[in-house]
Amino acid sequence: MLLYIIYRETIYAFQLICTFIGLVHQAKRIGSRRFKMSKKSISYMITLLLVTSLALFGAGCVGNDGSEEEMQSIMIKGSDTVLPLAQAEAEVFMMEYPDTSVAIIGGGSGVGIAALIDGEIDIAMASREMKGSEIENAQANGIDPLEQTIAWDGISVVVNPENPVSEMTFEQIKAIYVGDISNWNEVGGEDREIVVLSRDSSSGTYEYFKDEVLAGTEYRPDALINPSTGAIIQTVSQNKNAIGYVGVAYLDDTTKALSVDNGSGAEEPTSENILAGTYPLARPLYFYTNGEPKGLALEFIEFISSEIGEETIFEVGYFPA
Amino acid sequence: MMHRKKKEKAIESTLLMVSGVTVVALFLLCFFLFREGYLLFGDYSIISFLTETSWYPSSSPAKFGLLPLLTGSLIVTAGAIILSVPLGIASAIYISELADPKVAQLIKPFVEILAGIPSVVYGFFGLIVVVPLLQDLLDLPTGQTALAGSIMLGMMALPTIISVSEDAINSVPTALKEGSLALGSTKWQTIYRVVLPAALSGISAAVMLGIGRAIGETMTVMMVTGNTAIIPGIPEGLFDPVRTMTATIALEMGEVPQGSEHFHALFAVGAVLFLITFIINLIADSVKKKYRLQEGV
Repeated sequence: MLLYIIYRETIYAFQLICTFIGLVHQAKRIGSRRFKMSKKSISYMITLLLVTSLALFGAGCVGNDGSEEEMQSIMIKGSDTVLPLAQAEAEVFMMEYPDTSVAIIGGGSGVGIAALIDGEIDIAMASREMKGSEIENAQANGIDPLEQTIAWDGISVVVNPENPVSEMTFEQIKAIYVGDISNWNEVGGEDREIVVLSRDSSSGTYEYFKDEVLAGTEYRPDALINPSTGAIIQTVSQNKNAIGYVGVAYLDDTTKALSVDNGSGAEEPTSENILAGTYPLARPLYFYTNGEPKGLALEFIEFISSEIGEETIFEVGYFPA
Repeated sequence: MMHRKKKEKAIESTLLMVSGVTVVALFLLCFFLFREGYLLFGDYSIISFLTETSWYPSSSPAKFGLLPLLTGSLIVTAGAIILSVPLGIASAIYISELADPKVAQLIKPFVEILAGIPSVVYGFFGLIVVVPLLQDLLDLPTGQTALAGSIMLGMMALPTIISVSEDAINSVPTALKEGSLALGSTKWQTIYRVVLPAALSGISAAVMLGIGRAIGETMTVMMVTGNTAIIPGIPEGLFDPVRTMTATIALEMGEVPQGSEHFHALFAVGAVLFLITFIINLIADSVKKKYRLQEGV
């Protein structure tokens, strides 16, 4: 916060100096021309004056705001999977409490947890649990991470709508992702090479999928790494050979979600199946705070489990915890 | 009079200080980059970094092999140069030697606009248009290939290549051209036998700068090449997905804990990238100097 103020003030100071130099320079030019002031230079002068006064006025206003009433704000960072949910909640929350500011940044679970460990943010969003090494790092930094499940997410395995395959067993998905199966005809599809899509390693979904489906085995080396879930959807929707995994919230008409069979029959990734716990690829989404949340962070977390908050969770495509 | 001198001196020293900042920044950057990269070799052998053929940063034990990333960068850049150099030189010849001055004035701003488009826009265009097109045309399992990256990078390197080679062609002395024409050679013969050889070093500098532009580009290649860290075959690897050094850093930098082995490995890759672009710029610079000398003669 302090850094930000210094930064802002420096910018204002710089603007002022620039306008001042501009004015002096202009005055000299006018002086040397001995009152032959053209229309152009008059308008230039006026613009400069306006800018100067605006900058002064702006600086004055900001100064007043800071001293009279402090706007409450929190910073949240982390998982791209939790991002749409947190953003929707924050919008509703800030509508209810206009004097607050909830800033939300994505980047991946790892990014958010790293920022929490460095004490840069109030809440880290994560789509996986903190690793042992991360907890150790946090404690070494004097941070005591506290986990809260705020919602549930289903992971769906998606293929192109033109692909005849519509269900798969866990074993088949694993075989495709570790590289044992490379042709669609081995899983009941056409004779086409499978194009395997994965997220990059900063994604919580990447880690979850690796733990849950691949049982810790490494992804096949020739999987295509996509920097975002949007890119996976985009690629699957235009490539008949592609298979990818995305959060249920991202599902739409452009891709087809497979029914997944974990030994007890194929289950579709519908909200009923996920809430009933029969769909095998469902996972909790977490907020991590440093110790018990306080102030605005606590209010925000409580808001999410309120009635309006839960409605928002459904709207985004996740399920209340 | 004295006052004026003092003022001059003050301005001079201020400017010296400002330009000094650039030099200091560069040295700090180098120092930081190489130190952080060097720290990788405390636990990880430099020989495995250079010879290991796979890049598995998050498995245990982790494997940090430079080769797939280096060859990925090289194949994408080579493709880009093969596509853009003939096009760029041909456009430069047309603009500076053949085109009606009015037409040339019309084309030049378009080339400059091409240079001003942000790389993420190129990447998006590549992902939405070029990738599906390549997949359909060449009947590949996926269009996210080195070739897609090469096409996009070639487009992005074009403005550099065109404008620098155009300068080189323009600075060929008119006397040379007129001499050739006076001896009865045709316009094409003059261009091919006289102008191009005379401008060759300038054109080589343009190509080197184009390579520098292509090898350092990140956003566009990350969006269209599929980012698969396996060593591509040459030349058939052009039709396979590849991962470049720049894309690796951009993809993985966000998540790594500071000070971890993976963190240092990314810095080591950055250092290699820095060395490559540094050498390319040095070559381009020396070629340019040579070409200035020739001009003087």
